[in-house]
Amino acid sequence: MTVTDAPRIVTSRLEWSDSYSLDRYLDTGGYEGLRKALSMTPEQVATQTDAVSLLGRGGAGFPAGRKWSMLRKGPVPYLVVNGDESEPATFKDHLLIERDPHQILEGIVICAYAIQAARAFLYIRGEFALGLERVQSALNEAYEHGAVGRDIFGSGFSLDIVVHPGAGAYICGEETALLESLEGKRGFPRIKPPYFPAAIGLYGEPTVVNNVETLSNLPWVMVHGAEAFTALGAGRSTGTRLFALAGHVEKPGVYEVEMVKTTFRDLVYDPALGGGVPGGREVKAIIPGGVSAPWFGPQHLDLPLGQDEVAEQGSMLGSGSVVVMDDTTCVVRAAWRITRFFRRESCGQCTPCREGSGWLERILRRIEDGSGQDSDLDLLMDLCDNLAPGVSWPPQQTTICVLGSSIPSSIASGIRMFRDEFLVHVKDGGCPYG
Amino acid sequence: MADPTVTSHHATAPRVEPGATVQLTIDGRTVTTAAGQFLIAAAEDAGVFIPRFCYHPRMKPVGMCRMCLVEVSGPRGPTLQPACYIPATDGMEVVTTSEKVRKAQDGVLEFLLVNHPLDCPVCDKGGECPLQDQTIAYGPGESRFVEEKRHWAKPIALSELVLLDRERCIQCGRCVRFAAEIAGEPQIDFLVRGDALEVNIAEGHTFTSYFSGNTIQICPVGALTSTPYRFLARPWDVDQVESTCTTCAFGCRVAVQSSANRVTRLLGMDVDPVNQSWLCDKGRFGYEAINSADRLTEPLLRRHRSGELEPASWAEALSEVASRLLQIRDSAGPGAIGIVGGARLPNEDAYAWSKLAKGVIGTDNVDAQLGDGLDAELVLGLPRATVDDACSASCVVTVAGDVREELPVLYLRLRGALDADKIRLVEISPRSTALSREASASLRYRPGELDSLVVALTSSGDASAAAPRGVDATEWAAAKDALAQAGEAGRGVVVVLGRPSLAEHAGLVGRAALALAEAWPEARFLPALRRGNVMGALDMGLAPGVLPGRLRLDDGRAWYQSAWGRVPEERGRDTAGMLSALASGEMEGLVLLGADPLSDFPDRALAEQALESAGFVVALDTFLSPSSARADVVLPVAGAHERGGTTTNIEGRVTRLGQKLVAPGQCWPDWMVAAELAARLGGDLGVTEAAALWDEIEHLAPSHAGVTRAVLEGTAGHDGVVLPMAATAVALPALRLRLFDPMATPGIEAVERQGAPARAGSAEPPGTEEEMNGNGGTEAQQRRPRPMGPPSGVPAPHVTARDGYGVRLVSGRRLYDDGAVVEASEALAPLAGVATARVHPLELERLGVTSGGRVRLRGEKGALVLEAHADAGVPEGSVSVSFNRDAGDGPGASALIDAAAAVNDLRLETP
Repeated sequence: MTVTDAPRIVTSRLEWSDSYSLDRYLDTGGYEGLRKALSMTPEQVATQTDAVSLLGRGGAGFPAGRKWSMLRKGPVPYLVVNGDESEPATFKDHLLIERDPHQILEGIVICAYAIQAARAFLYIRGEFALGLERVQSALNEAYEHGAVGRDIFGSGFSLDIVVHPGAGAYICGEETALLESLEGKRGFPRIKPPYFPAAIGLYGEPTVVNNVETLSNLPWVMVHGAEAFTALGAGRSTGTRLFALAGHVEKPGVYEVEMVKTTFRDLVYDPALGGGVPGGREVKAIIPGGVSAPWFGPQHLDLPLGQDEVAEQGSMLGSGSVVVMDDTTCVVRAAWRITRFFRRESCGQCTPCREGSGWLERILRRIEDGSGQDSDLDLLMDLCDNLAPGVSWPPQQTTICVLGSSIPSSIASGIRMFRDEFLVHVKDGGCPYG
Repeated sequence: MADPTVTSHHATAPRVEPGATVQLTIDGRTVTTAAGQFLIAAAEDAGVFIPRFCYHPRMKPVGMCRMCLVEVSGPRGPTLQPACYIPATDGMEVVTTSEKVRKAQDGVLEFLLVNHPLDCPVCDKGGECPLQDQTIAYGPGESRFVEEKRHWAKPIALSELVLLDRERCIQCGRCVRFAAEIAGEPQIDFLVRGDALEVNIAEGHTFTSYFSGNTIQICPVGALTSTPYRFLARPWDVDQVESTCTTCAFGCRVAVQSSANRVTRLLGMDVDPVNQSWLCDKGRFGYEAINSADRLTEPLLRRHRSGELEPASWAEALSEVASRLLQIRDSAGPGAIGIVGGARLPNEDAYAWSKLAKGVIGTDNVDAQLGDGLDAELVLGLPRATVDDACSASCVVTVAGDVREELPVLYLRLRGALDADKIRLVEISPRSTALSREASASLRYRPGELDSLVVALTSSGDASAAAPRGVDATEWAAAKDALAQAGEAGRGVVVVLGRPSLAEHAGLVGRAALALAEAWPEARFLPALRRGNVMGALDMGLAPGVLPGRLRLDDGRAWYQSAWGRVPEERGRDTAGMLSALASGEMEGLVLLGADPLSDFPDRALAEQALESAGFVVALDTFLSPSSARADVVLPVAGAHERGGTTTNIEGRVTRLGQKLVAPGQCWPDWMVAAELAARLGGDLGVTEAAALWDEIEHLAPSHAGVTRAVLEGTAGHDGVVLPMAATAVALPALRLRLFDPMATPGIEAVERQGAPARAGSAEPPGTEEEMNGNGGTEAQQRRPRPMGPPSGVPAPHVTARDGYGVRLVSGRRLYDDGAVVEASEALAPLAGVATARVHPLELERLGVTSGGRVRLRGEKGALVLEAHADAGVPEGSVSVSFNRDAGDGPGASALIDAAAAVNDLRLETP
């Protein structure tokens, strides 16, 4: 089974029950990557990161090295680390935060050194109570150990890390809303331009915003070198990636697999991974990258888990969440539940998202309850078109951020792939799945 | 037009480089616009209107409503982009009418109406509603929404003045942004999120802003309504004229709307150099006083010395006034007669009274200020700055009271300039004000120590020189740093000069001002005098020692002798002088020209004595004030919006007043009273209509030369004309008719008529550009005397050393006080608080009184027991008591002030 032979880059310590402690971390090679990085020039660290094509693991998949290189020159930049993982069925950052906080901190210091940031903010979803506690303890240990703070490991480089708990809004995972939230304001995404926080970010200063998994790769990259990393995966999708596998699988959980070399089928069916669909039932649909992503069908099972490969088929790997829906799933209810989530989490700034999310949710609920009409399908699609003109992927937007234009994904997927099932709801006056 | 360099609080557009332009196409037409200009503005300039709700040209864009989506070419082909915050770039192709744009507009409007109650038939906004108008123009014919709409309690009170119907709200955030961005008071905010997003009072705040009415004015739906206007009128029932608000002297331009001879509403007009569409709530809602049932409507006469005021005819009342004044003049000379007030009058009326006093009666005892202003020669003689000058100065220095309380919209302008980093501001004040937290530096002084502070500040010595005693060292360094921005000799400095405290003699402020003018010969001054048309009254000579047109009595004597036939021999008394002379019997007759010295003169005891001792008092008033109630004759006069004419603001900007109402009962305009009295006093003002008065002013007053009616009524006079006009023609930027923006200020365009009604007898065609911009050089004009420069000195009493056990009184005006406008306005009256004593916390601690407890203030003039509040903004050794606010059961601060004293020292005691 080649797919499970690849080295574990970010989950190597999870077998230890005390994986989050400094002692265990040091026993297992912790902070060696940082020492290595500090022996190089910041430019060398940045170049090496750029060379490995470390795609962002938060959702958009933007190469980390390139993001760093876009920083506005002059002012001292901020580093902001996004640990606000809130997408339904996405729980891979959660695991890293709770189980390997030192690895995140080490990644943060390496990144901060590369971009010469003097302060980093680690924004963690407020509901991660244990994670926050573990990160804070780890941070205290790291300061004590000299890995964070003044004159790190005698290198002359200093960095303070501030842990900031979120207050319970999905939208604060959107990087500009996160920056607003950090500044103590309401979590409204910022208008673009400016398109990138690298130009104008936190408090108006140039800012790099990276995901916790992204930065967790850095210690390994520093220790093992660029070639070892790029030897994994293929094309732009190098290294490994964490997938939070959920839904109708025997063994839901977080799996670190090599990119591109692994397929959706491997992830779902490999005995060492998902272990198949319970009861031997058929896969009806897959959400490949979080609830914002358009759905795949069984015909996509052999698609490699690579950023461009998935994009070519009209969806995304997104947040690293893979949800399997088998043939007992009501797609209307699935689309309704997802849309309800977006309705509840819309920040309310833009008219189409604020009003559209609620309207869509209520139409879907009506259909599921048996009071829909045939014309509701066209209405749903037309409203989707008003949120994301063309209803294609990647979506066009009528809103400030992509939350609004992500709402149509599940609805349009459901109607396009299972139109008859929607019509059965209307015709029978209720849900065939009960 | 919005400054395109200013963008959302969380966004920055490319800064517009001065002069740099870009070329783009909008709907196939090539358009040239400033680099960085937002598409919505660039399109509007090119005559293409893009629908919008959240965008407001005076605020930063937020892109929330998504109504302004247009197709913009880009690397990935044309995409829908919001025109309100996408900057124009070279070669951009913008399409505003494509099928895709139309569908997006349909979609946004359908979404907006999903939860909108569509209660237009009972909504105040119906008929002037951007949501209605743009739905008809750009929206789908019908909605496909069949679900239940969102429901909220309606309306909820955000404040005593503002009600919110959240069901009608479309979450554009204009109100929230105004509060935070323009007023600097984030008292309302969004709560919750998603489709439960609502505007409400921000946590931990109350919506007490003086500018709250602006949120109603810019609301693009009927969500925000005011308690005075709610359900009062429909847009198609009201008629309007442009006018100028004279509640204070800032001169905000307004649209006055009325129905059935009652003012229904005032809306701020977007006049760039002045109020930029904003108003304060006192100006906006004070019209209730004009509609008040308590207005004086007929002449009143006290037929017996100790009797009651009884209704009389105008003829009887005027005869009585004339005979009594003649009597006094014959027996004691013209100097025994004095006129107090006139700052409430339009320029024409002020001129008529000036001419009556100085040219007919022959007295120079005339003062439009009530001891609460500054020396007239100082105000008229100092080089003047405009508001725009102040808002673009290298450094602004304020020596004034609390600008937010006294000239609220000037505060907004200065705050805006500070917020945009356009100016530095050094505040010099005896207590903290609203500007203190915005200022680059805020310097405190104890009354009596202004002189030495100013001398230290202007001394060219090294910047590191130690701060004067009692001045915070950090603030001092910041002030020196801010002043370092100014050029040689104070070039680029604008001094905002007012009255920091009514308990500190005006002469002390005058001396400080002269010291500033001497140290900084290039500095300019913006008077911060607050009373209605005080600047116009001073220009018209309603002050001792001056003649119309900013002339000293001696300089203008010959000129006016030939014009009027008579000019007073000697310089007269100011209000304090007149009241003292009346009290001591040196003067006998007093004319109160819309003045209420009992309420407004700082020294209440002196005002009482004067009214008690006066042989004869005639009051021209709109209400029976405490003072006019004591007069022998009371003449009812027209109030705001009931007369035409012109007014002059603190900059010297002359604007036209629009008459909207017929004055109630038998009220006359003030000039007509003057004209009739002149005839009865054996003189002749030579006018039978107000318009002719302006022609005479333009002809005689040197500072007004060239400002003909044609200029005021032509396009050059659109935003008013700043006096004096340039002596030679100056190139003005291309003037064009002001465009009303019904999406920015709904309601102003919704009625048919714009502008003040044409005045009878005005037949002159507008002049040429040269005539309008310069006063030419005819022989007559060359003979005119030149307006005065600053005086060489200002009299001021000696400052005595402070008693170490005492506190020095500071007293300033508040916006909501016990004055006529507030008291007679139903909505505003409850907002006036009572006078309290604000003292430094340590001072209270020493006294053993907790904040909220009561203290006694005792001085030479009297004593007051007041509620005490700890206030670190008042320096130790001072006590601050608001002026013209009752102490609960009697007069407030004026009971403590000695008008003749330099400063007022009090004892602070437990009661």
